[in-house]
Amino acid sequence: MGLLNKLDDPYYGGGIILGKVEDILNWGRSKSDWYLQFGLACCAIEFMAMNASHFDFMRFGCIPRTSPRQADFIIISGTVTFKMAERIKTLYEQMAEPKYVISMGSCANSGGPYWEHGYHVLKGVDRIIPVDVYVPGCPPRPEALEEGMIRLQEKINKQAIFNKRKRLAEEEQKELIISN
Amino acid sequence: MQAQEIYEKLKAEFGDAIIEFNAEPFFDPFVRVTTDKLFDICLELRDTPEFDFDYLACLSGMDYKENLGVVYHLYSIKLKHSFVVKVTVSKENPVVPSVERIWRTADWHEREAYDMMGIQFEGHHNLIRILCPYDWEGFPLRKDYVQPDEYHGMKVPY
Repeated sequence: MGLLNKLDDPYYGGGIILGKVEDILNWGRSKSDWYLQFGLACCAIEFMAMNASHFDFMRFGCIPRTSPRQADFIIISGTVTFKMAERIKTLYEQMAEPKYVISMGSCANSGGPYWEHGYHVLKGVDRIIPVDVYVPGCPPRPEALEEGMIRLQEKINKQAIFNKRKRLAEEEQKELIISN
Repeated sequence: MQAQEIYEKLKAEFGDAIIEFNAEPFFDPFVRVTTDKLFDICLELRDTPEFDFDYLACLSGMDYKENLGVVYHLYSIKLKHSFVVKVTVSKENPVVPSVERIWRTADWHEREAYDMMGIQFEGHHNLIRILCPYDWEGFPLRKDYVQPDEYHGMKVPY
């Protein structure tokens, strides 16, 4: 990182960093994402490995919260049955904005092995709540979940905070011009 | 004790209530009994010192297409012998006496057999669904089960 290199000489450039407020806010937001401590099936075992010291989820700034009201994102780690789907929707609605969802593993992405005969399984958690990052695998290795976390951080870094509607409209205009 | 001896002793005591004994190789030897004597036979198997089946290893609900059934795998921790008891009931009236009062293990097992197969256990203190939601319709592990189109607004088959 450019910042760390400058620590040798903290007065390099007068100790001033120029940047947008939005970037600093997004930097803080993406590096201190707290997640809801919530596991569903065998993916949750990989998720536990991710939490433990070997893969060390906390280096992403992720701290487990046991209440959805304190969590920034939720990892849907496993099979979503219809019985659980209603509870997941409640949990998601209890989380404070801005909130994000990582769908982990085949079951949460699309129903996975339960696609054909799963009378009790919701075929993809994105049918009840919006998903930001999909992590494929059955179950995904913790490295894959790390990759998903990095993708989520990238997404948060790019998000608009001020003049959101105006900028979204501008982007839409650009896309329209490109597509035409 | 060998399964053959257990069968002979049960047959001497209960007579016609023991419908069938099967000791084919590669299968656990089992007896098929009538539902009305099932509770007494199970109590006998647990309380007689020479049987001493103090452990209900598994209770399974079965769908034999024409009718339903329940299979009890028994094991004696002290005497280290095992035995299997089976009952068959019709699909129209699947009522089996509960063995929950004999082995406490049977409580949740019977609830699961009820949940998945729709077998009614007579005398069970709390026979409600254990895995499916309480308002679920039908018994999913029956062979003629047709999955619903939607559940609470969520589409089931795609």
